[in-house]
Amino acid sequence: MSEKTIFQLSRKGRRAASLPACDVPYTPPSALLGEANLRSRLPLPELAELDVVRHFTRLSHRNYCIDTGFYPLGSCTMKYNPKVNERTAGLPGFASLHPLQPDKTIPGALALVYELQALLSEICGMRAATLQPAAGAHGELLAMMMVKAYHADRGDSGRTTVVIPDSAHGTNPASAARCGFSVRPIPSNSRGCTDLDALSRALDGSVAALMLTNPNTVGLFESDIVEICRRAHEAGGLVYCDGANMNALLGLARPGDMGFDVMHCNLHKTFSTPHGGGGPGCGAVCVMDKLEPYLPVPVVTKTGEGPSATYRLDSDRPSSIGRIHTFYGAFLIAVRAYTYIRSLGPDGLRAVAENAVLNANYIRSRLAECYDVACGNQLCMHEVVLSANRQKQAGGIRALDISKRLMDYGFHPPTNYFPLIVPEALMIEPTETESKETLDGFIDAMIRIAGEAETEPELVKSAPHDTVVGRLDETAAVKRLDTRWEPLFGPDTDS
Amino acid sequence: MSYISNTDADRAEMLKTIGVDGIEDLLAPLPDEVRLKRPLEVPDALDECSLIRHLQELAARNADLEANLCFLGAGCYDHFRPTVVGMLASRGEFATSYTPYQPELSQGMLQAIYEYQTLICALTGMDLSNASMYDAASGIAEAALMALGLTERNEVVVSRALHPHYRQTLRTYLTATGHRLVEAPLSGVVTDVEAMKAAIGPDTACVIVQQPNFLGSLEDVDAVARAAERAGALSVVGVDPIALGLLKPPGELGVDVVVGEGQSLGNPMGFGGPLLGFFACKSKFARSFPGRIVGATTDGLGRRGYVMTLRTREQDIRRERATSNICTNETLLALAATIYLCEMGSAGLRQVSDLCLQKAHYAASELNRVAGLKVRNGSTPFFKEFVVEADIPWEGINEKLLERRIVGGLPLRTSYRELGESCLLCVTEKRTKADVDSLVASIAELVR
Repeated sequence: MSEKTIFQLSRKGRRAASLPACDVPYTPPSALLGEANLRSRLPLPELAELDVVRHFTRLSHRNYCIDTGFYPLGSCTMKYNPKVNERTAGLPGFASLHPLQPDKTIPGALALVYELQALLSEICGMRAATLQPAAGAHGELLAMMMVKAYHADRGDSGRTTVVIPDSAHGTNPASAARCGFSVRPIPSNSRGCTDLDALSRALDGSVAALMLTNPNTVGLFESDIVEICRRAHEAGGLVYCDGANMNALLGLARPGDMGFDVMHCNLHKTFSTPHGGGGPGCGAVCVMDKLEPYLPVPVVTKTGEGPSATYRLDSDRPSSIGRIHTFYGAFLIAVRAYTYIRSLGPDGLRAVAENAVLNANYIRSRLAECYDVACGNQLCMHEVVLSANRQKQAGGIRALDISKRLMDYGFHPPTNYFPLIVPEALMIEPTETESKETLDGFIDAMIRIAGEAETEPELVKSAPHDTVVGRLDETAAVKRLDTRWEPLFGPDTDS
Repeated sequence: MSYISNTDADRAEMLKTIGVDGIEDLLAPLPDEVRLKRPLEVPDALDECSLIRHLQELAARNADLEANLCFLGAGCYDHFRPTVVGMLASRGEFATSYTPYQPELSQGMLQAIYEYQTLICALTGMDLSNASMYDAASGIAEAALMALGLTERNEVVVSRALHPHYRQTLRTYLTATGHRLVEAPLSGVVTDVEAMKAAIGPDTACVIVQQPNFLGSLEDVDAVARAAERAGALSVVGVDPIALGLLKPPGELGVDVVVGEGQSLGNPMGFGGPLLGFFACKSKFARSFPGRIVGATTDGLGRRGYVMTLRTREQDIRRERATSNICTNETLLALAATIYLCEMGSAGLRQVSDLCLQKAHYAASELNRVAGLKVRNGSTPFFKEFVVEADIPWEGINEKLLERRIVGGLPLRTSYRELGESCLLCVTEKRTKADVDSLVASIAELVR
C-alpha cells in the first residue's frame, strides 16, 4: 500500500508543536516589521504529533538500509555504521556548540579536529589535512582550487588542462570544470588501468593536474602508480587521488608514498559515518607540503604539547585559497570518524582493508563462472566489477534487470553501468563488515538469477516483483515534471 | 573494537575457495615499493567503554550551550528542536541508506525529499526546490555560477550585508572561475540600494542580498529584484527559514533564486556542521539548476512512486558539462527539516518566528536603555538579530559574560569596521525574559 503524502494527512486546526508562551511585552509583527513585509499565507500541513510519527515511521519502512540488509553498492563503501559513533556525536559538548564561540570555550572540539586531521594525514601518508569539504566532490573542487593557486603562485599560467581517465567518477571532470579547467580524458588499457602511452601523450605543458582513483573504479590497483606520478610530475603537473576507494588501502599502502600530491577521503565511506540517504558527508582533503599553504581557512593550529596544549582557529594564511564552507565543515561527521579510528587502532584499520579485499575476491571467485569479470579475471582489491554482457548477448538480460531481480531476493543491487568503460557493469563492493553467510546468500542469488536469465528471462526483465513499487517510469517523471505537491499551492488550502 | 563479522575459520574457507594460501597473496597487485612496512602510527584500539569515556572527556572540555546561555547567531542558530525530529530522522532506515539510486528500495527517502521540496517551495514561494546543498555559503556560490553560466556574463554584485562567510566562500569559488565580485556598501545596517543599483551593469550576471541581512535588518528585496531584472541579471536572495514564518516569501517579489541555511529547521548547531543548504528557483531554470531533485511518477501498475529526475544535468551523466559537481548533499538534514516543518505546521512556525521577533525586540530595547550602548538597527525593521554598539571592546565584555555562563554576541570590528565597536546579538524563542534580563543586567554592570 502506498503512503499518502504528509499534505494529504493535514487537517485544519491540528497542532503538534508545543512552544513557550511569549513572556515579554507583545507588539504585533505588523508594527515591528511593517505590513508590507509580512506574508499573507503559509501553506504548511497541520498535523497531530502522532500523524507525524506514523508518517515518517511508515516511510522509513519503505527504505532499504545497511541496518536491515546487504548493500554492495560499488564505490560507496556501505559498511556497518557503528552505533557508538551516533552516541559520541550526540554528546552536548559536541552537538550543542556554536561555531563562533570563543576559542577558549571549545578546546575539546578544536583538539578533535586537529587530531583527526593528523590521523588522516598519517593514514594517507600526507603532510596535512582539512575537514572542511562537505562531500567528496567538494574535496575534489577544493583540491582543484589549490592546484590552480599553486601554479598561479609560481607564475605558471598556461596550465589549463586536467587529465582524467575515462574510468573516473563523474565528479572528477565536473569538479575540474568548476575551476575553469578543460578536461582531457585518457583511455584505460585492456587491464582496466591507466595506459602509460596514452598518459604520456596527454601530458604536455598545459597540464595542471592528473586526477586518478586508486584502486581504480574497476577495483584494480594501479600497479604502475609510481611511474604514473613520476611522469605527471615530470610534465609539471600535480597528481590528485580520488580516495573513494581508500577502504582497500588502510594500513597497507598510502597515497602519499605513491607520489600523489593531494587527495580526498570520504569519512562517510571509509571511516564508517552513515550516508544519511545521500548525505551529510565529509570529503576531508590531505595534502603534501607544497600545497599546505593553500589549505582553506580557518586552520586549526596547536601550540604546546600534552595537557597544556592550546588550539586556535587561524585565518591569517596569506596563500590560502580562502573559505569554502560557512564554518568548518561537517564537525559532527568528524566526531563519528574520529570515534571509529580510535575504536580500531592500527591493527583494526589494517584488518578493515584486508577483509574488504578478501570479501571482494571471494565474490569474484565464486561468480566468475556465471558472469564475466571485467578486464579479465584478475585479483581485485575491495570491489569487483562484473559484466552482464554474457546475459545480454544470450537473452537480452541487462545489468539493470539483474539488479532489479536481486531486490526480490532481499538484496540491494550493486552499482549499475559504472565504470563507463565496462559494458553492462555490475560493481560490487561487499566491505569488510559482511559475513561469509551474507556473501554466500548474495552469491547464491546472483547464480540463481543467471539461471533464470536463461530459463525464465521474463521473470528477470519484469523484476522487481516483491517491492513496494515496481519499475518506475522515469521518462514520464521528466516529461510531466512533478516535484512538489501541487494541491498545497491551490487557493483552497489557505491557512 | 572490531566490526568484522568473519572468523578465522570463515577466512580460511574463503581463501581456499579463492585458491590462495593467505590474504597476503591477495595483495600481490600492490607493488612492494608502495607497501607500508610498519604499523600505522595511530593510537591503539579502545574498547567501547574506554572509547566513550575518552570522547566524553573531550566533549566536557567545551562550554556547551545546554549549560550556557547562547546569544550567538550569525548563520547558526540555537532554535528549539522538538524531540520527534531527532528520534525519527536518526532511524537506521534513513540514516544508513545511500543516495536513492534504486527507487524501488528507496521510496521512503524519495517521498520524504519530495515533501521537503514541497515545503521549501511553500516557505519561499518558489516553483522548484532541489534536494539540498552543503550549506547556504555553497548554495549562494552555486546560484552565482548558475547565473554566470546562463547569462554568459562575468560579474556578480553582492551586498556587503550578506554574511561575511558567504561572501568569502563566493569569492573563493569566483577566484577559481575567474569571475569578478563587486560589493555594494552598507548604508547604516542595510544595503545601500542606490549604490547597489549603480554597481549593476551590462556584465552583471546576478545580484545577491540576504533577507533579513547578516546584521538582522530587512532589505528592500523588491527594489533589488526589480533592478536586477531591468539589467537582465538574476536576483538571488539568502533567507532565514524561521523568519519566513512571518516574512513575505521572496517568490512573491519576483526573485529568481532563493538560497538559505536550513540548520535552524530541527538540526543541531554541531559546531557549525553539518549544515543544510536549501536552493529554490523559478521553474524556468529546471534544466540549469544544480543538485538533485525528486519527482513523482508511476510504475507499470499505475502506483504512485518517486524517482530522482532531471538527471541529465548531473555529474555522473553529464561529467564536465554538468550544471554542478555536487553529488553527496545533506539529505538527512533535509529529512530533519521536513519533519520539523510538519511538526510545526503553519501555526507553529508562525509562533516560533513571532517569539524570536518579540524576544529580540525586548532584548534590543532593554539594551538600548543601558547608558553607553546603542542599538544600530533602530530605524530599520529587524528580526531576531541586531547590532549593539558600545564604548568599549566587546571581546572584554564577552569574556566577563562567560564567567556568568553567558555566551555573548559576535564582535563585528574585523568584519564590519564601519560599524565601530559593535556586536551582533541573536535572541531565539529558547531564551526567556529572565535570560534576556540576566544578559542585560550583566552587560550593564560591565559597561558602567
